[in-house]
Amino acid sequence: MTYRFSPEVKKYTIKMAASSETTLKKPHVGKKRKPPKRYWEGTEEDGKNDGKKQKEGDNNKQTPQQKKTRTKEGGKRGGTGEKKVISGKSDPFPGSAPVPEEKLRKFKRGDKGELPPRPQYKLRAVVVRSEAASDLAQKQNARYDLMLPEDAGFLEGDEDEDTCTISQDDIADAVDITAGAKYFNLTLSQFGPYRLDYSKTGRHLLLGGRRGHVTSLDWQSKQLMCEMNVMETVNDVKWLHSEALFAVAQKKWLYIYDNKGIELHCIRKFNDVLRMQFLPYHFLLATASATGFLQYLDVSVGKEVAAICTKAGRLDVMAHNPHNAIIHLGHSNGTVTLWTPNQREPLVKMLCHQGGVRSVAVDKTGTYMVTSGMDKKLKVYDIRSYRPLQSYFLPAGASCLSLSQRGLLSAATGDIVQVYRDVWGTPVTKPYMAHRAKGSVWGVHFCPFEDVLGVGHGEGFTSMVVPGAGEPNFDGLDANPYRSAKQRQEWEVKALLEKIQPELIGLDPSQLSQVDHSTWEQRHEDRVQALGFDPLAKEKFTPRLKTKGRSSSGKVEKRKKQVAHEDQRDVIRQTVEDRMKIDKERKEKKKKEAAAAGQKSALDRFRK
Amino acid sequence: MKVKVLSRNPDDYVRETKLDIQRVPRNYDPSLHPFEVPREYTRALNATKLERVFSKPFLASLDGHRDGVNCMAKHPKSLSTILSGSCDGELKVWNLTKRECVRTLQAHEGFVRGMVVRFCGTSFFTVGDDKTIKQWKMETPGYGEEEEPLNTILGKSVFTSIDHHQKEGVFVTCGQQVDIWDEQRSSPIRSFSWGVDSFSCVRFNPVETELLASCASDRSIVLYDMREATPLKKVIMNMRSNTLCWNPMEAYNFTCSNEDYNLYTYDMRYLDKPFTVHMDHVSAVLDVDYSPTGKEFVSASFDKTIRIFPKDSGHSREVYHTKRMQHVISIKWSSDNKYILSASDEMNIRLWKANAAEKLGLLAPREKAAVNYSQKLKDKFQHHPQIRRISRHRHLPKSIYSQSKELRVMKEARRRKERNVRKHSKPGSMPVVTEKEKHVVTVVK
Repeated sequence: MTYRFSPEVKKYTIKMAASSETTLKKPHVGKKRKPPKRYWEGTEEDGKNDGKKQKEGDNNKQTPQQKKTRTKEGGKRGGTGEKKVISGKSDPFPGSAPVPEEKLRKFKRGDKGELPPRPQYKLRAVVVRSEAASDLAQKQNARYDLMLPEDAGFLEGDEDEDTCTISQDDIADAVDITAGAKYFNLTLSQFGPYRLDYSKTGRHLLLGGRRGHVTSLDWQSKQLMCEMNVMETVNDVKWLHSEALFAVAQKKWLYIYDNKGIELHCIRKFNDVLRMQFLPYHFLLATASATGFLQYLDVSVGKEVAAICTKAGRLDVMAHNPHNAIIHLGHSNGTVTLWTPNQREPLVKMLCHQGGVRSVAVDKTGTYMVTSGMDKKLKVYDIRSYRPLQSYFLPAGASCLSLSQRGLLSAATGDIVQVYRDVWGTPVTKPYMAHRAKGSVWGVHFCPFEDVLGVGHGEGFTSMVVPGAGEPNFDGLDANPYRSAKQRQEWEVKALLEKIQPELIGLDPSQLSQVDHSTWEQRHEDRVQALGFDPLAKEKFTPRLKTKGRSSSGKVEKRKKQVAHEDQRDVIRQTVEDRMKIDKERKEKKKKEAAAAGQKSALDRFRK
Repeated sequence: MKVKVLSRNPDDYVRETKLDIQRVPRNYDPSLHPFEVPREYTRALNATKLERVFSKPFLASLDGHRDGVNCMAKHPKSLSTILSGSCDGELKVWNLTKRECVRTLQAHEGFVRGMVVRFCGTSFFTVGDDKTIKQWKMETPGYGEEEEPLNTILGKSVFTSIDHHQKEGVFVTCGQQVDIWDEQRSSPIRSFSWGVDSFSCVRFNPVETELLASCASDRSIVLYDMREATPLKKVIMNMRSNTLCWNPMEAYNFTCSNEDYNLYTYDMRYLDKPFTVHMDHVSAVLDVDYSPTGKEFVSASFDKTIRIFPKDSGHSREVYHTKRMQHVISIKWSSDNKYILSASDEMNIRLWKANAAEKLGLLAPREKAAVNYSQKLKDKFQHHPQIRRISRHRHLPKSIYSQSKELRVMKEARRRKERNVRKHSKPGSMPVVTEKEKHVVTVVK
């Protein structure tokens, strides 16, 4: 049984608070003692089914005599009365604690549909049961969310101090040693500029220098895993599903190495690759090449899934949407195209910039896309509706973009890395943080689950501390930075078992769970065709034969009219009512306007 | 300047000693778990495939009879005991856990036609071709004692079936007429006949214990009330029904196995058309038994297969067959809802799992959770074409496969002809007769 506070209780208590003039706005009980401030304050609950509770709450503040009668009633009611403790005190917080509304919203999955009509009682019962189960799950998730151990980082400046003026050294000094050690520079001036990639857990870093230097390391413990020079140009580097494998796009072919740096595969089908993206749940490595080909490699079985000729020239701007595994490609004519392996044509073509597109990034929830172009603009799009939200002008233009798990945007302009906060909300005027790298920046990447931004530049690599960038609480079964070798092996087996097939990639990943009406209609049509009649057709109403002249043709027609269009009546009534309402409102508005126009203002008397 | 940077203490996230289990911190935020639906779908697909991999329903064959097994009876109190009677009059009592015969006795001359264990489980009744009803003790006679019936009643004609009342000392037999007997008397206390020359099966209703239903050779199913002198009503169908079984949970429903390859589930109150027609067999259906949950039933057919039907589905969810199993004559669903026993012509009783992919024996809690989870997933995605195709796929013997194909072609041809006739005749002159209405001739009260 779950008891919740009803809105009426709240009203009552608010009134009490106002009369006694306490500072507390919404105490939970009407007692004068000041209760401690609780985290759920200001949440609203639905008190539909807890009318009883409210009465009890009212009774709480009655005189002792009334209390006696109430307890008697409670005794009669059985289980509904509140529990009595031996001391005689009643529980000031009866029932289970309410769950904050915004937490509940976070775990909401879709809207509730309408219940099927009563005659379909079995289906109705199934729907009711499943909705109750999902409600419970949502509530329990929200409760669990309150107990997560870590809080996100933050950086606040003093009065009239911009956070973007705070240097990395200051931050490293201010925080504890382990966090401070996350700001470091690797001086690798010989083989730069560097591209980089963090593994999915955020423990491992992969660096690829333009002139052939490839190295992978456990960046927190600064342990080198492998280091080599491939003696060829390196265009891009990417971790595959775990830290045991990584892919390197070299001058001609695509190579796959293991964590010791041993070359496992040279994939000759993938030539002149410039950019790579790895789709972790599909085990797909998507590559964009200088010849204009977008290719997908299934790394679990080593097969090429799709090779699409984009006919858009050199492809050196690429991002993937983590929400639906769609690849975004930026082109030199200012368009961004969206691709799946299932279609030879782009799903969407967006004209984003007047010049060429320099960089694209998509946020974790798949809602926003940030692009930067040769026209020195930085634009934010809502990619659910393909609508521009914000447009910023950056004096130098951004060459590399990266979005963090908590929505920070890093943009590299020349040798300066700027980090912006909340670029899709209110227009941002100042960066959140800024840092000047030693060389021109070649790649930026936020480290998952850490407040760290990796910057690869001409003179090596810089690991920046960006407070508030990373998701503070990881999920141990999905990406666990602290996993042991055994755990990694088990995770790998499970992940491979639930590898999503490339055919399931589409704009809406939840489409599989929706009802397929069109197929049903088609099948029904086929069935009608095969049977020669519609098995689901409603029988036509034939009035019963009545005696004593009550079945004259006129009366029969009358009876038929009574049931005609019975199913549509409610809809028609509703629409008519709505229309009348709108008409009425319009008329009233007109009247008001007319009255306002007719009214004389106070200044009219001075007019001649 | 106020600053806080994420800095986790690894001690909070890794286990302290090797003896501990690993720590797995969870975060259920949906944005950390993308592709929820496609991943669940993939899991459901894997679960469905694994179900097909692990579906090995055949458990054991109990051999020992020297002629075809004609009937079986469940013990109401002991799950491990089953009785079987064969065509040479021999009766065997089996222990299912040991899978061996514990007792053999020569019950009748000629067929053992019917058998029923008394509700208390201390004795059982048999009827045979020698026109007798015999009552036997369930206990094995001691050393030196002879196998003798407690009681023998000599009837006038051959009895074909017997059933016992749920809680009183009354039983019912059928043959040329339906007789109700008191255990203490040697002549029936009541006899019913309704212009029929023979009955093949009679069953007490498990809930409304005074009600009876019987299958008669004039293609009818007759309902009786034990307290009344005359039968209640009957429904006459196109073909003869062999046996019937009441649904133990919704006891106003019963299912009969018909000679026209179908099974029909009727609501006792509305006999004018069956509630569901269960098709899939390709030969006459000989026996039917409900699961104790009343959600499913199993049918035995002359086409050498067993099929399991959900009670409200027109088609079977499962078909069992082996190379050696001949015409299946009798079938029982065990009282713990886990096993199915089939008795067939070639002298064997076979033990099957009711749920082919189920793992037998004790399950660890995590195993149980995994089974429940995958079951839920399968339910959720059951209508997806890929999953439905895999879960429905069964291998059938060639003869049955080709026969069912032939039947399908015949049915389609008939339907096509009807459609064409309807198309070219006056509208309304060819009324649509549904599959349910087709098989019922009339209801007599």
